[in-house]
Amino acid sequence: MPVTDAPKIVTRRLRQDRSWTLESYLADGGYQGLRKALTMTPQEIHDSVNTANILGRGGAGFEAGRKWGMLRQESPVYLTINGDESEPATFKDHALIEGDPHQLIEGALICAYVIGAAQIFLYVRGEFPLALERLQAALNDAYGYGAVGHRIFGSDFSVDIVVHPGAGAYICGEETALLESLEGKRGYPRIKPPFFPAVMGLYGAPTIVNNVETVSNLPWVLLNGGDSFAALGDGRSKGTKLLALAGHVKRPGNYELEWAKVTFRDLIFDPRLGGGIRDDNNLKAIIPGGVSSPWIGPEHLDVSLSNEAIAGIGSMAGSGSVIPMDHTTCTVRAAWRIVRFFHRESCGQCTPCREGGGWLEKVLERIEAGRGREADLDLLMDICDNISPGVAWPPAQTTICVLGPSMPPSVAAGLRMFKDEYLAHVREGRCPFPPDRLPRRLARV
Amino acid sequence: MSEDTRNEVPVRLVRRPLVTESAVGTPPPAPAASGETVNITIDGRSVEAKAGQWIIDAADEAGVYIPRFCYHPRMKPVGMCRMCLVEVEGPRGPTLMPACYNPVADGMTIHTKSDKAVKAQEGVLEFLLVNHPLDCPVCDKGGECPLQDQTLAYGPGESRFVEEKRHWEKPIPISDLVYLDRERCIQCGRCVRFADEVAGDPFIDFAERGDRTEVAIFAGQPYGSNFSGNVVQICPVGALTAKPYRFKARPWDLQQVESTCTTCAVGCRSAVQASSNEVTRLIGVDSDPVNWGWLCDKGRFAFPAAAGSTRLSVPLVREGNELVEATWGAALARAAEGLARARRSGGIGVIGGARLPNEDAYVWSKTARMVFGTDSVDAQLGDGVPAETILGLPRATIDEAARAALVITVAPDIKEELPVLYLRLRHAVREQGTQLVELTPAPTGLTPYAAETAFYRPGELAALAAAVASSEPVTGDVAGVAGATIEAVRAHVARAAEVGSPSGPPVVVVLGRPSLAESEAQVAAAAHVLAGLPGVKFLSALRRGNIHGALDFGLSPGVLPGRVGLDAGREWFEYQWGAPLPAERGFDTAAMLNESSRGRMGALVLVGADPLTDFPDSNLALRGLLGARFVVAVDTHLNASVRHADVVLPASAWAERRGTFTNVEGRITWLSQLVVEHSVSWPDWMIASELAERMGVNLAFTCLEDIWAEIERVSPLHHGVHYELLSGIRARDGVVVPADAATIAQTVTSRPLDPMADPGIASAELHRIAPSALLVTSVEMTPEPDSIDPSDHVAYPEPPPSGASGEGVPAVPRPLGAPPVPAPSGAAPLAQGLRLVTRRTMWDGGTQVQAAAQLAGLAPDPAVRVNPAVLAEMGTAEGEMVVLRSSRGKLTVPAAADASLPAGTAVLTWNLPGGSAGDLVDSAAVATTVTIEAHGGGS
Amino acid sequence: MPRLNPDNLQRALDLIALYPQPRSALIPILHILQEQDGYLSEDGMNHVGELVGLEAVEVRGTASFYDMFHFEPVGRYLIAVCTNIACMLQGAYRLLEHAEERLGVAPGGTTADGMFTLEDAECLALCGNAPCLTVNWRFFGDVDPEGFDALTDDLRNGRLDDEVPPHGTLIRVRRSVGLAAAGPTDEATPQSAEVGADVDAGPAPHRSTGPAVELSTHRTTTATNVVDAAHLEGRQ
Ligand SMILES: Cc1cc2nc3c(=O)[nH]c(=O)nc-3n(C[C@H](O)[C@H](O)[C@H](O)COP(=O)(O)O)c2cc1C
Ligand code: SF4
Ligand code: FES
Repeated sequence: MPVTDAPKIVTRRLRQDRSWTLESYLADGGYQGLRKALTMTPQEIHDSVNTANILGRGGAGFEAGRKWGMLRQESPVYLTINGDESEPATFKDHALIEGDPHQLIEGALICAYVIGAAQIFLYVRGEFPLALERLQAALNDAYGYGAVGHRIFGSDFSVDIVVHPGAGAYICGEETALLESLEGKRGYPRIKPPFFPAVMGLYGAPTIVNNVETVSNLPWVLLNGGDSFAALGDGRSKGTKLLALAGHVKRPGNYELEWAKVTFRDLIFDPRLGGGIRDDNNLKAIIPGGVSSPWIGPEHLDVSLSNEAIAGIGSMAGSGSVIPMDHTTCTVRAAWRIVRFFHRESCGQCTPCREGGGWLEKVLERIEAGRGREADLDLLMDICDNISPGVAWPPAQTTICVLGPSMPPSVAAGLRMFKDEYLAHVREGRCPFPPDRLPRRLARV
Repeated sequence: MSEDTRNEVPVRLVRRPLVTESAVGTPPPAPAASGETVNITIDGRSVEAKAGQWIIDAADEAGVYIPRFCYHPRMKPVGMCRMCLVEVEGPRGPTLMPACYNPVADGMTIHTKSDKAVKAQEGVLEFLLVNHPLDCPVCDKGGECPLQDQTLAYGPGESRFVEEKRHWEKPIPISDLVYLDRERCIQCGRCVRFADEVAGDPFIDFAERGDRTEVAIFAGQPYGSNFSGNVVQICPVGALTAKPYRFKARPWDLQQVESTCTTCAVGCRSAVQASSNEVTRLIGVDSDPVNWGWLCDKGRFAFPAAAGSTRLSVPLVREGNELVEATWGAALARAAEGLARARRSGGIGVIGGARLPNEDAYVWSKTARMVFGTDSVDAQLGDGVPAETILGLPRATIDEAARAALVITVAPDIKEELPVLYLRLRHAVREQGTQLVELTPAPTGLTPYAAETAFYRPGELAALAAAVASSEPVTGDVAGVAGATIEAVRAHVARAAEVGSPSGPPVVVVLGRPSLAESEAQVAAAAHVLAGLPGVKFLSALRRGNIHGALDFGLSPGVLPGRVGLDAGREWFEYQWGAPLPAERGFDTAAMLNESSRGRMGALVLVGADPLTDFPDSNLALRGLLGARFVVAVDTHLNASVRHADVVLPASAWAERRGTFTNVEGRITWLSQLVVEHSVSWPDWMIASELAERMGVNLAFTCLEDIWAEIERVSPLHHGVHYELLSGIRARDGVVVPADAATIAQTVTSRPLDPMADPGIASAELHRIAPSALLVTSVEMTPEPDSIDPSDHVAYPEPPPSGASGEGVPAVPRPLGAPPVPAPSGAAPLAQGLRLVTRRTMWDGGTQVQAAAQLAGLAPDPAVRVNPAVLAEMGTAEGEMVVLRSSRGKLTVPAAADASLPAGTAVLTWNLPGGSAGDLVDSAAVATTVTIEAHGGGS
Repeated sequence: MPRLNPDNLQRALDLIALYPQPRSALIPILHILQEQDGYLSEDGMNHVGELVGLEAVEVRGTASFYDMFHFEPVGRYLIAVCTNIACMLQGAYRLLEHAEERLGVAPGGTTADGMFTLEDAECLALCGNAPCLTVNWRFFGDVDPEGFDALTDDLRNGRLDDEVPPHGTLIRVRRSVGLAAAGPTDEATPQSAEVGADVDAGPAPHRSTGPAVELSTHRTTTATNVVDAAHLEGRQ
């Protein structure tokens, strides 16, 4: 059965005792990928990564090899690893950094070797102190081991790594906001053009930004070859994917599975995976790829978890977070909570995102508290439309980045799939779901 | 042309701006606008645009207005507000894009009014109003608010927002001059971007995130920028208001004229607004060659001084120890009588004139020579640079300086004294690759932007300049400057010669007085050697109001109107004026005061001059005034020196009179009248005419037009610069003299004011009562063919061939050439001690500041700044009192440590309430030295 | 009010040396400042501004963009309860409500004894153990009301002192190496020469002092039940 047959690539070592230490890493053949890389030319490795077709694991799904190929030819070049993971219900990078920091360091070094980076910055979400501690300790050890710094393993290749903590702002996961933040500024996403940090990134220099999971694949790819990686998965979705399963399942957690070979049903119901809906309740809806993705209904349970398949049903795989919601879930409340998140996290540059988010939250809050009007349903859709014209997927936007357009999907999907529930709130003047689950601040009003 | 239309600057009535200048300071991603043009289609119309231009600018030029908030044509776009979204056709169909952040490309098709674009614009406006308090009736901006205007034009009609709005404490002061109402803020970032990007004073910033974002200052650190008023001006809502203007007027009550600020010599264009015959507000107007729409706070906020408590309103005459009110007739008679007597015995000296408009300066210059029989006239108060140096050296414009490869400053702190010139130079350094080298005795506001700053020992400027200009190998220090620094400066000079400038001189020297405690001869000598640098031109950094007009019209000893030397112009002016000119060159201010202190001057006439506060050597100034046999003061305010006068004649102030103004570049612009003269004050030219009349000479001037007609006839510098040219559509940018035929004949296109860039101007214009604006609506002015014969208008017309047509007509005199080689400044050894540096700051003890109630308190307390080592040696802590002594006097002030100062230098700000460096300065010395000791310690 | 103490000043200077531009070190230095005082003091921000070349208002403006920084003292323990979707679906609001009642403060408030500050947090990335919370950013998963009470008792009694450092402490492992890359990338990191004693200019090996403390792991609910790699493949 595909669910278990494929090798684990990035989580292979996570269950081991003290997996984050250098001893443990070396015992498992750590840094062999880097050693091998240093015997190859950057181009050879780049070719192999192209063969592997590693899609970016940060959410946008852009091929890593292709991104590296877009670098503006100018030095210095910087490499920045995105470990800011703050997307609700996504907790895979958190596990990778804490559980196997050396793997991340090795992956980053391989990437730096290919692109000729002058320096590597590992930007890690500030609220992950344990991850930061383990990563810093691992880095210190890696320097001592000769894997980082001057003339790595005696080769001509030298590069420094800096572990950089964030300080609590979801938007800094967006790659250009991350670069601003790394420059010591407010985390404002940069406006396009230029379209890619590879052209103009950190300090205006060409910069590659890759996700933690993306580069954590590299040591394995080096040792096993791009072909072996590409042999796993299907279509554009190659290799394995670390899926973060949360919400109303019996066994939430991170599952590394061969990509495109598992369906939502497998993930949610397989006893080795999600193990079914909690309390054996009915499945009501799934948030398939992080809270910015449009929800899907149980009728899509047999859709494969690949990028393409999910796109095919009008949603996205995103960063790989799957949230099933059972029949006890109030979808108004769920949409409210998701919108509230984006509203709180909006950087505040764009008027539609800054003001629209607060407005959506307030209207949803009113409906949930039983003070909604029927006209509010159209109003919600129109506010969404003014943030993301057409409220389609993939979204059009009136904003600089896609944080703003991440708000409408939950609202629009809720209104499309559960309009009656919204109307029930309005007509009954209260939330029809059990009050004990009502957020207190709403219950009070 | 009727009197009315001349009175005012014509402004076309515009609802939508057409900004013809392309964006300045484009951000890195956009290719710099090159000369090439591309073809684009906007709303179905095919138009040409400049390659690399922002869509919003290209649309403006095509007459298509795209709504906007965050975009300001003088700042880099940020694309934040999303108001300017338009649809641009692309490979994947039309996409919404911010027009302010995307450059045009050949073949681009843009829709600004498509359904999607309109929906997006309406949406953004509705969002902006979600948290806006809509307190328009009590908002200063109401009636001239871009948010109001664009809501009307592009908004959804009604808001569907029924929730609770965001609340914040209502206006909080963020400085002594500016209030912030965060509820009204739409987070466009114009203010914080201005503070950082344009002014370099990032004392305000955004704080918090998302819809909690607020503009903030740091606790206890107000927004103390010299340019803070600009953020009020460019705020597109009423979030930032100026304390002096709050609740003063409603826009539709305002009368408005366009004029030039005369607070310093930069000559920023401004819209001046009044309500009930009282000036209420100034707004910067975008003059492309000058101020780009900005004003400094002194220029913007000092106007209430005209109505301050020390304003003179009636003539005064001395009765014993008192000045008592008199009629004009009586006062003029007293003055004329005293001056007539003085003319016969001891002679008359005229000090001042930089406050006067050009016409008035001319009349005073003529009156002094013709009627008073004196060449002792000096508009500079010993605090400038010799007139021959300023007038004789090749002059640069501000634009030329900004485009030069290298700017060398030999000047005071430009950020304090010529603030908007600082903005232009800072921009040139940061955005245009201009290199800046400072030759200065102490740090200035420009020091952070200088590629090299040579801190020289006061009194040794000339030696430093000589070392810079020479090619001899440097051995050791010169003037306290390390040899390596001099080498570095030379390298910049060499590089400048190599790379040149796209247009204009490769090197521009900004020339002024680096310190009032160092002799002006040092500056003259330095200028002389720097004039030898290849291709160099000079931009004057003399600061006082219309000083350049005063110099151009001969208010300087040995200089006649039109930058003509006394002897060179003698024949011509005697012919033109029909009277003999003084036989000899007169005294400058220092010499006049000196003579007077010995009882050797018959009379001193102070024309808008206050030597007691402005002449560097207060001791000499006081002796001079006390020793004068007769003093006439013509002034707007009862200042310290005026109190010594025998007759005081009240003069009209700015905005109460018309005229023209000459700035640092020699650019002449129009000064408009807006309010009726204060009490019974008169314009200065009228006062001179009346005095002349009573002394037996009828100058025959009945109005400004008469005066200008004569100027044009007799001043070779002003040939062809017709009044129509200055008061017409040209008025905004003015004309730099000497102007060649091509410049004069040039067709000028009006640049209507952009109400989104600088709200308040155009809106007020729509409602204003002043009729003149409604009369002139022309877009272009081409000179009438028969009124201009280009051959008439070459600068400095060739003298007619001798003996030819003009029998008996003397040849037109030539202008001053290179200044005379300064006498080698005596190597008289200076006394032991610290060398004193003193210069002005924006808020000081001067009349303009002290007579304006809101500003008086802004002047800092005096303190002497020295290197910490000096204090350490004395065992004195910062803040403790120290005693400074010079050959002239002593001063007790607190000490401040400043590690950026050379160890042998002491810096004291000029003229602060509570202690002026003037008490110490010895104007006869090459540099003033002071000793320093702890207060109460031993002595 | 405190500026950075000499030790922390040195750490700040070391951090600045790691980046091509000083301003990049702003956030890491602010973490140090917050570790020193528990919040960002005005004098401290002034000091940091001097170090990285910013006005104090820019330091404050940047810092206040980020949720982790506090500008007023907070309780000894900052308890952040995640209420985002995954936790909400598992009863996070009940947990928050319980916490409010138990501590007698609303989110944002600090208990009268200065012991606890409560926050209503966004996703903390421990969704596999929802509902979860952090105490001074140390994670606790699967927290039910009883677990919350046990936790606060433990905190009050100092039983978790080893694992939950004082508020402000972000990371207990110091960087022990300066920039070392030379040769091909030398030009790109010109500041490497300025790191001084921390730099190995030559090809010599690099010092490593290892972790400063033994690192703790995630906990669920109480101080007794340590779950390693807590969010891998499902709760048991
Ligand atoms: C609002 C927003 C938040 C994001 N957050 C993250 C994040 O936390 N981690 C991440 O790796 N990518 C995040 N991304 C995606 C990054 O912008 C970027 O695409 C990614 O880091 C590139 O790495 P990859 O190509 O390896 O996926 C976010 C994007 C947006 C628009
Ligand atoms: S969409 Fe929102 S988060 Fe993204 S740049 Fe605009 S305001 Fe910031
Ligand atoms: S986004 Fe273009 S004007 Fe604001």
